[in-house]
Formats: sequence, structure tokens, C-alpha cells
Amino acid sequence: MRGPVGAWGRVHLALTYAFLYLPILVLVGLSFNRSGLATTWGGFSTKWYGELRHNADIREGLRNTLIVAVGTTVLATILGTLLAVGIQRHVRNPVIEAVFVAPAVMPDIVLAVGLLLLYTLVDFTLGLTSVLLSHTLFCMAFVTAVVRTRLQHVDSSLEEAARDLGDTAVGVFVRITLPGLAPGIVAAALLSFTLSLDEFVIAFFTNGPTTPTLPQVIYSNVRFGVKPDINALASVLLLVSTVAVLTAQRFARFTDTIERQ
Amino acid sequence: MKSSHGHSRGGRTRRANLGERLVLLGPGGLYLAAFFVVPLVLVVGYAFLTPSRFGGATAPVSFDSISRLAEPVYRRVIATSVVLALAATVFALLIGYPAALAIARLPRRWRTIALVAVVLPFWTNFLIRMYAWIVLLNNEGLINRILRGLSVTDEPIALMNNRPAIVLGLVYAYLPLMILPLYSAIERLDPQLGEAATNLGASAVTRFRTITLPLTTQGALTGALFVFVPSLANFIVPELLGGGKTATIGTLARDQYLETRNWPFGSSVTLVVLVIVGLIVAAQSRFARRYGANA
Repeated sequence: MRGPVGAWGRVHLALTYAFLYLPILVLVGLSFNRSGLATTWGGFSTKWYGELRHNADIREGLRNTLIVAVGTTVLATILGTLLAVGIQRHVRNPVIEAVFVAPAVMPDIVLAVGLLLLYTLVDFTLGLTSVLLSHTLFCMAFVTAVVRTRLQHVDSSLEEAARDLGDTAVGVFVRITLPGLAPGIVAAALLSFTLSLDEFVIAFFTNGPTTPTLPQVIYSNVRFGVKPDINALASVLLLVSTVAVLTAQRFARFTDTIERQ
Repeated sequence: MKSSHGHSRGGRTRRANLGERLVLLGPGGLYLAAFFVVPLVLVVGYAFLTPSRFGGATAPVSFDSISRLAEPVYRRVIATSVVLALAATVFALLIGYPAALAIARLPRRWRTIALVAVVLPFWTNFLIRMYAWIVLLNNEGLINRILRGLSVTDEPIALMNNRPAIVLGLVYAYLPLMILPLYSAIERLDPQLGEAATNLGASAVTRFRTITLPLTTQGALTGALFVFVPSLANFIVPELLGGGKTATIGTLARDQYLETRNWPFGSSVTLVVLVIVGLIVAAQSRFARRYGANA
């Protein structure tokens, strides 16, 4: 069954990649178009990237997004790593296991609506904190999944040896478990950061009116057509996500995680 | 009871075990309870309350919001969403199955690269990926420009702000989620099965029909779930590529929450998504139990 790829299979695969990547590549190409139009090539220019720095909305959005993404990454990585180790050691019930990763697969609008109801009910002012808390929920689920995959490759006999030699539970965790998990944790943190950086729907529902995140700024721009500085901003964000995801992949083959779900 | 597992593996005392559980599972568990379980309960609960004037809800318990879903307008919205999401799922399967098959048959060292290339777009900004299609499809966009350049047409052709564009956007958005589970199902096939079939004289078509296809059905179902569910609830694609002309479950929920501010009805609409998700997951796990865990 492993035989060479049929010619049709290869053609189909090439077309699939073209479908996935051509729109993105066109967008990046246009971001360097001096004319700023989709249809007329005015020569190579980086002027739209320069304009980004002078756009107050974008700067403000970037600032808000970074606050949320950094906070989310820290919180989600800590909570998700503890959960992953805890599930691995103590949870044998597949239903409970599934509940812990459920926020990662639940449609975003369901989470968004539920969280809005929660914040309103307890009178929590909507703003960057509520977005941060919301993002932590689904990022935590991704961290749990990625770190668990890594755990399955870690040899538990080292932990047992340290314990037999009289190390405390905390000592074993800090000296043996965490270093063994480090690649998975780094990958999970990078993925949390990109997820939060790019997240729109939940921010749209749970953010206050005065602190839009970058995706919210993009949304209010792209609703009204094509804009050359948005092309440049989009290219920058694509680059950031790509670098983060490829680095995460190097640290821990997180594609294994997705396959296993 | 369950600690006996941990006991035999770790050989620690029961009390240390409980403390460790609390430290490891406590914070995340509480977080999940507060920010996941409670919100889901609230969505269900609000669907059965009376709307108050500026958002929010009050007593008494009411079935008005749920029964409004049966009004022809909203029945049509739900039907439209299901049809669009189904169309996206079918196209994603038609594109994704042969793609997953082709990836599984690449030389081993190419397979990882091919898979990463599939997931990479999925991890980039959703709005930007939709915006990229606006750049291509709008009346002054690249494709219309090329068509006019080739004298295929003088007038711009409406390539977006219609339903096919919504399906296109959904397929583009969620295709990676179809390919991954399909790939892992295909990858797990025992090559000996195919060899045995060949030795017994089966043709390539018979082999595919009797071995590959049935053994990868579970993967296809998982992929279908991963495409169908987010497609159903999405409001960005109908807005950006559909031109906001097509009401879907997603756009309806958004409008009820953020514009009309009828939260009980918005919750009822969201509940539709939850119920459909629940039904599919239940059906899928029954299928998995009956045919063995192939995914």
C-alpha cells in the first residue's frame, strides 16, 4: 500500500497546497506594491510597512493584544502544564480527560457567549482582563494537549529513581519532571501566544469598547474593503504566526497532538 | 479506588497522592469549572428566561425564546446554516481525502513536512485568511482583473457576497482539520492487509473499496465533525465573504447578543449549536464503540 504516489495523487496534492497558500502569497506580494492597488503593480516598496508605525489604531491594538497574549501565555502555560501532569498521573476516566481539552474544540462563539454571560452576571467590567481570562481558557486546553503528548515520551523511571533516593515530590517535579517536559512547554507557550494574538471572536464578545485588540482593529478595517496598510499588517502577523508555529514544531512535534485527537 | 493505579506506578502514600492531585489538578480544574462549565450552564439557563430590556434576563422561566426558533424565519436561518456547513464538509472531504492519501504515500521524511504545511495556514490569523480571499474575489480584485485582461468579460463578475463564496471560505478555513484525522487513519492502516489482498488477487479499486475506505471511515467522520461544527457557528465568513446578506446561526447569535440585545433568544440560538454538537459527538462515539476504536 506504501507504493509510490500516483501521478494523480501528486497533482491533487500540489493543487491542494496551491489552494491553501496562493491567497496568502498574493496578499504578501501586494503588501510590497507601491500603488496600493490589487490590480496595478506600481513597483516594489516597503512604504506600507512604514505607514503602519504611524497608524494610531494599529499601535493601540498591538499594545492591547500584546498585553493579553503575554498574560494568557503565562497563565495558560502554568495551568495547562500542571493539568497535563495531573491527568497523566491521576485521571483514568476518558470522559474527564475529554472535558479538559473540550474548550479547544468547542465552537468559539459558544465560549464567547457563555463568558459574556458570566462576566455580566458577576458584574466584571469588560476589558483586557476579561479577554485575558477568556483566552486563558482555550489556550490552557491546548497546552494540556501538547504537554501530555510530550509526557508520553518522557521516561518515568527517572522520577521513580529520584523518589527512591529520597527527593521530595516538589523536588522531583522541579528537578526531573519539568526539565523533561521543557520542549513541550516551550512549544505549548508559543502556540498559546499565537492563538491569543490571532483570536477574534471571543475578544469581540468579551472586550470592552475602549481597548480593541489587533484582530478587532483588523476586523473593523476589512469589513470595508481592501486597504494597503492592512496588507502590510497582515503580512507581519502571518510571519509572526509562521515563525512561532515552526519553532514550536521543532521543539515538540505538536502535529502528533492534533493527529491523536 | 483510582489511586490504586497511581499507587502501583508510583508507590507513594495515599495522603501525598491526594495533596499532589490537589496541586496539579486543582487550579486548572477550578479554572475550567468557573470559565467553562459555568458559562455553558448559563447559556442553557438563559435560553429559558425572559429577556430584560437592555440585555440580560429575568424571571420568570419562559419557553418563548426556544419556541421562537420554530418560526419560519429562524427555521430558514438554521436550515441555511446546516446546508452551508454540509456543503463545506462535503467539499473538504472531496479535497481532503485524496490529499491525505497522497501525503500518507510520500516518502517518510517528506510526510512531516507535508503535514506541517497543511496545518500552518490553520494557525495563522483567521480574519487575514478571509481577507486574502476578499483581495482575490472582489469586483476590482485580482481574479476579475485577470478575467477582464483575458477578455473573458467586460463587466466585473460577482465572485463574492454570495453563498458559494461562503462555502469557499469555510472550506479554506477548515480544510486542515479534515486532512489531519484522515491522514492519521490512513497512516495507521496495516500495510499487510493490502499486501494480503493483492496476493489474493484484489485489484487496486477492490483494495481501496474493501480495506482503505471502511477502515478510514472513522477518520473521515472525525474530520467531518471538525469542519461541520465550526462552519455552523461561524459568523465571520458569512459577514466578510457573504457580504452580510446571508443570515446564519452564527450571525443570528451575534446580532441577538450584541445588537438586538435579546440574550435569552441569543442563548437559544447558541443552544442549537450545542445540541447539534452533542448529537454528532454522541453518534460518533456510538459508531466508534460499534466498529472498534480506529481513530
